[in-house]
Amino acid sequence: MAILVYAEHDNTSVKKATLSTVAAAKQMGDDVHVLVAGSDNEAATNAAAQIEGVSRVLRADNAAYAHQMAENISLLVADIAANYSHIVAPATTTGKNFMPRVAALLDVSMLSDVTAVIDAQTFERPIYAGNATATVKTTEDKVVVTVRTTSFDAVAATGGSAEVETLDNVQDAGKASFVSEEMAKSDRPELTSAEVVVSGGRALASGENFTKYIEPLADKLGAAIGASRAAVDAGFVPNDMQVGQTGKIVAPQLYIAAGISGAIQHLAGMKDSKVIVAINNDPEAPIASVADYFLEADLFEALPELTSKI
Amino acid sequence: MKALVAVKRVIDYNVKVRVKADHSSVDLSNTKMSINPFDEIAVEEAVRLKEKGVIDEIIVASIGPKEAQEQIRTALALGADRGVLVVTEDKTQPLQVAKILKQIADQEGTEIVLLGKQAIDDDNNQTGQMLAALMGVGQGTFASEVVVEGDKVNVTREIDGGLQTVALDLPAIITTDLRLNEPRFAKLPNIMKAKKKPLDEKTPADFGVDMTSKQEIVKVVPPAERSAGVRVASVDELVDKLKNEAKVIG
Ligand SMILES: Cc1cc2nc3c(=O)[nH]c(=O)nc-3n(C[C@H](O)[C@H](O)[C@H](O)COP(=O)(O)OP(=O)(O)OC[C@H]3O[C@@H](n4cnc5c(N)ncnc54)[C@H](O)[C@@H]3O)c2cc1C
Ligand SMILES: Nc1ncnc2c1ncn2[C@@H]1O[C@H](COP(=O)(O)O)[C@@H](O)[C@H]1O
Repeated sequence: MAILVYAEHDNTSVKKATLSTVAAAKQMGDDVHVLVAGSDNEAATNAAAQIEGVSRVLRADNAAYAHQMAENISLLVADIAANYSHIVAPATTTGKNFMPRVAALLDVSMLSDVTAVIDAQTFERPIYAGNATATVKTTEDKVVVTVRTTSFDAVAATGGSAEVETLDNVQDAGKASFVSEEMAKSDRPELTSAEVVVSGGRALASGENFTKYIEPLADKLGAAIGASRAAVDAGFVPNDMQVGQTGKIVAPQLYIAAGISGAIQHLAGMKDSKVIVAINNDPEAPIASVADYFLEADLFEALPELTSKI
Repeated sequence: MKALVAVKRVIDYNVKVRVKADHSSVDLSNTKMSINPFDEIAVEEAVRLKEKGVIDEIIVASIGPKEAQEQIRTALALGADRGVLVVTEDKTQPLQVAKILKQIADQEGTEIVLLGKQAIDDDNNQTGQMLAALMGVGQGTFASEVVVEGDKVNVTREIDGGLQTVALDLPAIITTDLRLNEPRFAKLPNIMKAKKKPLDEKTPADFGVDMTSKQEIVKVVPPAERSAGVRVASVDELVDKLKNEAKVIG
């Protein structure tokens, strides 16, 4: 049976998370189909059809799917699930939102945040904020998983030529409706797929200081900006910048943590980065245990100097 | 209207777990256990809704070992009215927990069910969504604001790109994110009072739910350790290392 991948997209293009998810799905089976559910999603559908290794794209285009409401998307996916052995989605807030509903509708258990595929029924996933890795074998005949996209190298966005099938059974649960959205606008790379991330913690002390000390360095490195929960809670930066167990998981080539102590919940979100730099005035800060380069310094002096020297 | 809050007994968030030598699981012997932090936020939100007069009774439910009584008592001390403990020695799975919670919610006729967005032991982030699907109701997951208006609830959700607000018909499921509220501390007189609040004990069998897992834990290992790094003495040395050793900047 084929594998169904749920595409993360904005109706015009598919997100990189989808490419990593296809890569994970390819390790579960050969025949990978991609579902593009949205509204006015022709462009995204066409983009999905070009993804390397995808044999079929299912297009569900209806206002009911415009905001990826979990109530509707889960009905749609459960409705076509009979044709698939595996249903796979990225562990983004969209995937986390609707996939457990799919599993419950199918009366099967699911696996969240899979970081490795051992075989079609066996997977690795982090537990306890990444302080342990569990190998889990499922005996469900329908396997429902979300995957941690930073753990899988994206397949190529082009080169494929999948056939497109249109689904016209509209599922509208009618219990929930979209009211509004406040999306952060930024010209920076997306946090979860950026090559370089510069993060600030409580020590930054204000939103202005993020602008004054973190942004110039991020600009120079073409980096995304992240933050600890303490910095988000204090209102220095918006919630979508939180890195950690309960925020975003990042694994860039270079992660710079300035004024972040390194609580286990923060480390859970960034310790798979290739190179970690910590700037902290406390030589005992726990982040030292994961940092490749630890600079004991006052960040208000070190950051401007670093910005000027690279 | 009544609210149901699900609380899970988990390892305290300050404790760093260790994997057992035989790689069968993590070692929880003599570990400090607490109420899952997100569930504490869920209890707090229910109590605030009660203080606003939106809710008149709060029921807390936990599925777990006998000792999970402690976590229910904590919730009662924070302001919940009564508890249900479904005793099982099995490690609980989201789908089974959701099946039990559905029956409790149905029996009690609760209009709002509050859960944490994830339990910090297994980091599943599934139970609330599964419960919503089983009940056939709307869900407001990762909530950072909850406003009940008549027979609807508006929930502001923390999503990857920012914030999203949805309107749900009641009954509805809400799962909490960290910024929804800051839980209060239980006062001593309330801790005393909580000891006298009703706490029902049940078993999964009372709900006809089979706790057998369809997921076998093959092994549990510690994550790959990062090799200890080096201390750099100056920004110049850092820049040099990044350029010439790590080669991550040009
Ligand atoms: C359920 C739960 C989930 C959580 N999830 C997350 C999560 O996803 N992500 C997350 O980040 N946190 C999370 N946390 C919070 C986490 O436990 C920590 O509280 C938080 O990460 C601390 O943030 P911080 O390092 O910025 O602040 P602090 O711990 O206060 O550290 C500030 C650091 O800055 C240093 N410093 C101070 N002044 C300077 C200066 N002038 N120059 C250089 N260094 C300086 C200090 O030495 C210190 O090391 C969670 C907590 C709970 C309970
Ligand atoms: N055994 C349990 N007993 C009570 N509530 C639970 C249990 N397991 C999960 N929950 C609830 O479901 C939420 C999400 O858990 P999970 O899906 O396991 O990450 C938790 O924050 C709790 O509110």
